[in-house]
Amino acid sequence: MLKTIINRMLQGVLVTFCLLTITFFLVRMMPGDALTNEKAMSPQVRQKNIEIFHLDKPQTVQYLYYWKNLLSGQMGYSSTKDQPVAKIISQSFPASAMLGILGMIIAVCIGIPAGIIAALKHNSLMDNGAMFVAMLGISVPSFVLGPLFAIFIATKVPFLKVAGWGDPFDWILPSLTLGLGTAAYLARITRAGMLDVLSQDYIRTAKAKGVSQFSIIRKHALKGGLIPSIAFLGPAFAMLITGSFVVETIFQVPGMGQHFVNSAKDRDYFLLQGMVLLFGGLIVIVNLAADILLAYLNPRLRDSL
Amino acid sequence: MKIQQGNSLWSDAWQRLKQNRMAYLSLWLLVVIFSACFILPMTPLIPDPDIQDLPNAFKGPSSGHILGQDQAGRDLLSRLLSGGQISLLVGFIATLISIVIGITYGAISGYKGGKTDGIMMRIVDVLYGLPFLILIILFSMLLSAVIKQHEATLIDDWSWPTPLVNLIVNILPLCLTIGLLGWYTMARVVRSQVLSTKKLEYVEAAVSLGLTHRNILFKQILPNLLGPIIVYTTLTIPGFILTEATLSFLGVGVQPPNSSWGIMLSEGANYLETQPRLLYIPSLVFSVTLLSLNFLGDGLRDALDPKASKD
Repeated sequence: MLKTIINRMLQGVLVTFCLLTITFFLVRMMPGDALTNEKAMSPQVRQKNIEIFHLDKPQTVQYLYYWKNLLSGQMGYSSTKDQPVAKIISQSFPASAMLGILGMIIAVCIGIPAGIIAALKHNSLMDNGAMFVAMLGISVPSFVLGPLFAIFIATKVPFLKVAGWGDPFDWILPSLTLGLGTAAYLARITRAGMLDVLSQDYIRTAKAKGVSQFSIIRKHALKGGLIPSIAFLGPAFAMLITGSFVVETIFQVPGMGQHFVNSAKDRDYFLLQGMVLLFGGLIVIVNLAADILLAYLNPRLRDSL
Repeated sequence: MKIQQGNSLWSDAWQRLKQNRMAYLSLWLLVVIFSACFILPMTPLIPDPDIQDLPNAFKGPSSGHILGQDQAGRDLLSRLLSGGQISLLVGFIATLISIVIGITYGAISGYKGGKTDGIMMRIVDVLYGLPFLILIILFSMLLSAVIKQHEATLIDDWSWPTPLVNLIVNILPLCLTIGLLGWYTMARVVRSQVLSTKKLEYVEAAVSLGLTHRNILFKQILPNLLGPIIVYTTLTIPGFILTEATLSFLGVGVQPPNSSWGIMLSEGANYLETQPRLLYIPSLVFSVTLLSLNFLGDGLRDALDPKASKD
């Protein structure tokens, strides 16, 4: 068990390292650079960037300095915002984190129960209806769903706004838009996993012994049936993070999504690097957590890898 | 006495698919959408999608413009169809690239087995951990910047037709990046299938007949995996069409004035309070296309691979 976790952690570190390295060289291969930007940076920032990050040196040297600075906790200066990257992140992280957490809660609280109920009522009207809605959820992307919510709900309900991120009511529509698509995937995966377990012999034995339906589900079926859903939580989280780029644009949420896309467009090297580190790191951590949870639920996985 | 003709896998599958009403309906819907996008614009019925008519911007449906005109007075229907061409082309070409890589990688990994397999799959594990959309955004920006630099060379020095070059500049970076980064799942599917198939007797027979490894893998084993490959391909296409639309929506995919469904959706969202028609119509067509592809994929899985279906 411990070996598996350490193995996974090393893999996570490797993934993060690859990601940062790829980003570092990719963005420097694009035409234009942080110093010849159309949005000219102030001479002080320019000087500061050159001093700290050695932009006048070859790329490999810059790369080594990047790691040296990063490991001592320096994320650098944003060339377009004229602010330390750490400060920009600390300002925009709360909104994105809130959106992501609410989206995840919606996805899990709708997707998993819907999948379980659909599996229990297999081939009923409810099952077919739920699966049709789930298919709809997969096929209707957030950039269609979001504007539709804005037209049909935000303009009708007095306390909801079309865009903005002021009071907690403003959190409702963006997090629904973000979470529902993932909920649809989770519902389908949960249903498949539960159906698989419910057709096993040990469930039939339990039924034959006269165990009540409720305790069959709670004690025998759920633990095995939810394994595929838990395994999907890592990818689901990655989906939510990338989905939040779109949702933040639609509802004008002051989160990190805008910074990510803009920093890549503007060749804002250090802001981009900071964003990739944060997003990539979060995805790696959630994947690791999902793996550990999975090993806890499924004894057969404990010694694998 | 007459010997009864046996049913082939394919005719069985076709029968099962026809019984699945949603999948069958989706198949026909897709035929309609595809012919509309690729054949209709060649006929004189459809106006040029790029002709602007600013005085008539936002004009509702009329005899010359069945679905009305958009913010620049362009015909909405022809925008929708030419945008559909781009979106579908990107989806298909990217899928083609990804399945070629995925099948080759997965087949070699599964067939070789042992240490090679271990290393190859560990590489896929690491790649799998990388956030897909973040890398796609960065790679496609790099590629389109590089290709743009050669745009003038292609037109002036190689005298390629301008519309073709325009198309290449717009969709090639997307197809390449999505295809080059989207093959991991296919590789895993094919690998696990090859692992189990290569233990069957007929493969052993092929080995004992002295066939080459390449022949055994690509001529004997792979044709038997066609079912899962087709199913997974069908389910990949809508995902990639969605990726293209997401990139275009974020402004890093197809660039205006070229049209794609993603572009139309993001432009439509700007006018959602005053001209919701500009959002509704592309949304409907886009969602119906994705829905049909997904239903067809599910139906094909049930038809071709009854064991894998969870019903």
